[in-house]
Amino acid sequence: MAILCDKNTKLLIQGMGNMGTFHAGLSREYHTQVVGGVHPGKGGTEKDGIPIFNTVAEAKAATGANASCIFVPPPGAADAILEAAENELDLAVCITEGIPVVDMARAKAALAGSKTRLLGPNCPGVVTPEQCRIGIMPAAITRPGPVGVVSRSGTLTYEAVDQLSRLGIGQSTCVGIGGDPVIGTNFIDALTLFQNDPDTKAVVMIGEIGGSAEEEAAEFVKSNMDKPVAAFIAGQNAPPGKRMGHAGAIIAGGKGKASDKMAALEANGVAVSPSPAEIGETLAKHAPGLAG
Amino acid sequence: MNVHEYQAKELFREFGVAVPEGDLATTPEEAERAAKNLGTPVVVVKAQVHAGGRGKAGGVKVVKSPADAKTAASEILGMTLHTPQTPPEGKLVRKVYVEAGSNIKDELYLAILFDRAAEKFAIVASTEGGMEIEEVAERTPEKILTVLVDPNVGLRDYQTRDLGFQLGFDKPLVDKLVPFVRGLFNLFLEKDCSQVEINPLIVTEEGDLFAIDGKVNFDSNALYRHPDVAALRDPEEEDPRERAAAEIDLAYVGLDGSIGCMVNGAGLAMATLDMIHHCGGTPANFLDAGGGADKEKVKEAFKLILRDENVKAILVNIFGGIVRCDLIAEGVVAAADELGVEVPLVVRLQGTMSTEGREILAQSNLNITPAETLKEAGELAVAAVKGA
Repeated sequence: MAILCDKNTKLLIQGMGNMGTFHAGLSREYHTQVVGGVHPGKGGTEKDGIPIFNTVAEAKAATGANASCIFVPPPGAADAILEAAENELDLAVCITEGIPVVDMARAKAALAGSKTRLLGPNCPGVVTPEQCRIGIMPAAITRPGPVGVVSRSGTLTYEAVDQLSRLGIGQSTCVGIGGDPVIGTNFIDALTLFQNDPDTKAVVMIGEIGGSAEEEAAEFVKSNMDKPVAAFIAGQNAPPGKRMGHAGAIIAGGKGKASDKMAALEANGVAVSPSPAEIGETLAKHAPGLAG
Repeated sequence: MNVHEYQAKELFREFGVAVPEGDLATTPEEAERAAKNLGTPVVVVKAQVHAGGRGKAGGVKVVKSPADAKTAASEILGMTLHTPQTPPEGKLVRKVYVEAGSNIKDELYLAILFDRAAEKFAIVASTEGGMEIEEVAERTPEKILTVLVDPNVGLRDYQTRDLGFQLGFDKPLVDKLVPFVRGLFNLFLEKDCSQVEINPLIVTEEGDLFAIDGKVNFDSNALYRHPDVAALRDPEEEDPRERAAAEIDLAYVGLDGSIGCMVNGAGLAMATLDMIHHCGGTPANFLDAGGGADKEKVKEAFKLILRDENVKAILVNIFGGIVRCDLIAEGVVAAADELGVEVPLVVRLQGTMSTEGREILAQSNLNITPAETLKEAGELAVAAVKGA
């Protein structure tokens, strides 16, 4: 077990440009079944040994794919998400950064009731160590184990995973949910999956300034989880009103501050790391016996 | 992206949102002529800068003749405006908007934004116009009305009628509010705004609705499909460092500390600022070099960091995923060499090709302090500033 993806996942790549092709190759090298790529007009060809199809429908019919990784540039990305959902893939992971909010708001609303779970956009993807890699994470820093990792940020996820691995603590699945204001899978969705996953014994959650997803997650942890959770919030020293790289990372009208998020997490029994260098140690202290 | 009030009002007119007559002026003479053309007994001369709170700071003057408009404009143009929303050095006023005065009966608040928690658009209104909406929200939250709009259904007129009656409007005024809000919502959607705010929205003695102030922000991610909106950008209103960063596609936010930062990824970049503070130092900037960081980009980033005279040390913190640490290391060496970096340089490379990257740094003859972990990187950078 793990969450979102495992050794049985059959992955499509939507958007076989340079980046899509490069990461398809890395995923294939890392235990992942990459069964096809979608590139309208290039159907019937191959790229780096990966068969290309014109549409997701054709690709799914021919390969039995159940997941997709989307590298389509912003103007067509929301479309690509809806195409994956239309074809009832189990999972669509959207890496694309820079999709207009209106496009994502409409796509997200259209996904209500869909069979497809969306991860991202503007996310690094998901890795289940030694089973499956979808997206752009450096899978080599992960190791199999009992800790679920969920994060709004890419490189900070690597930092947290690296700290855990250095302490000998492995991961069940590492999930980047994305840094945009509208995302398919939020903290609560990921925490629910980890709570229900028998292989996950504890969770590390990495949040950042902006919005109120961390506050909502804090209440969820208290009411619905019996697994220990440790957290870090990035942006404790971010000035208000400035967008800090991610489209969603902005303190607006006094809302979305790191201090409020940290207080909410602590009040609900989550162990909060005081600095980004102590994420692994904070979890190890909060939930002893995870190393192995 | 922000625009000026006068630009916001041009957009309002285009979408049928009622605004008083007005004209832009860059000299006192133009202001006088604009006031004369308006021909109203009262005109308002308003400083055009990207910041709220202009009235209290002396950037808005109500006058009763074209001659007085000229005097008011000569006072406002060229002044440096200090409001709670301007940077510490204030904002130089280069333009004024000359607007017909109105007989104000009531002042209200109206905004459209995206509600992240609900994942819907929100029309926010209040009878408490003309004051900070955050204050209203804090003191009298019951006076803030919100209508949520489904992104795929769009705004329906019944929603605005409902809002109008809740605001205490009578039927004739509700009938004016419906097309007003519809126009504003159309503007919001069609131009990919992230926020539209009218504070105050006024009801005149004559029973008309007017947007007296107008603030429009745009979703930067959607500018590619709105060249007309992108053309409204006023570079003079932006932080020159942030403007230079935007031109080379780096996410940069200027801060007032002494440690220049170059990091890949927004989350890690924010965490690096936190680490520096945690170690007792202060960062000079947020800088996300992005997933495509290579030699050339590293050099540009260094140039940008070094433009800031407060920088006493530079911390490079890279966790390679897509980014290759060996390419970053080559970039750091080239930049330090070509730009003649004199401040201490602390470099931490982890992840993809980090061993090769560290080797490149070690073999250069530059004074680079390597760091292994994030904690060590923060401590070394802070120590470097204190030792300098």
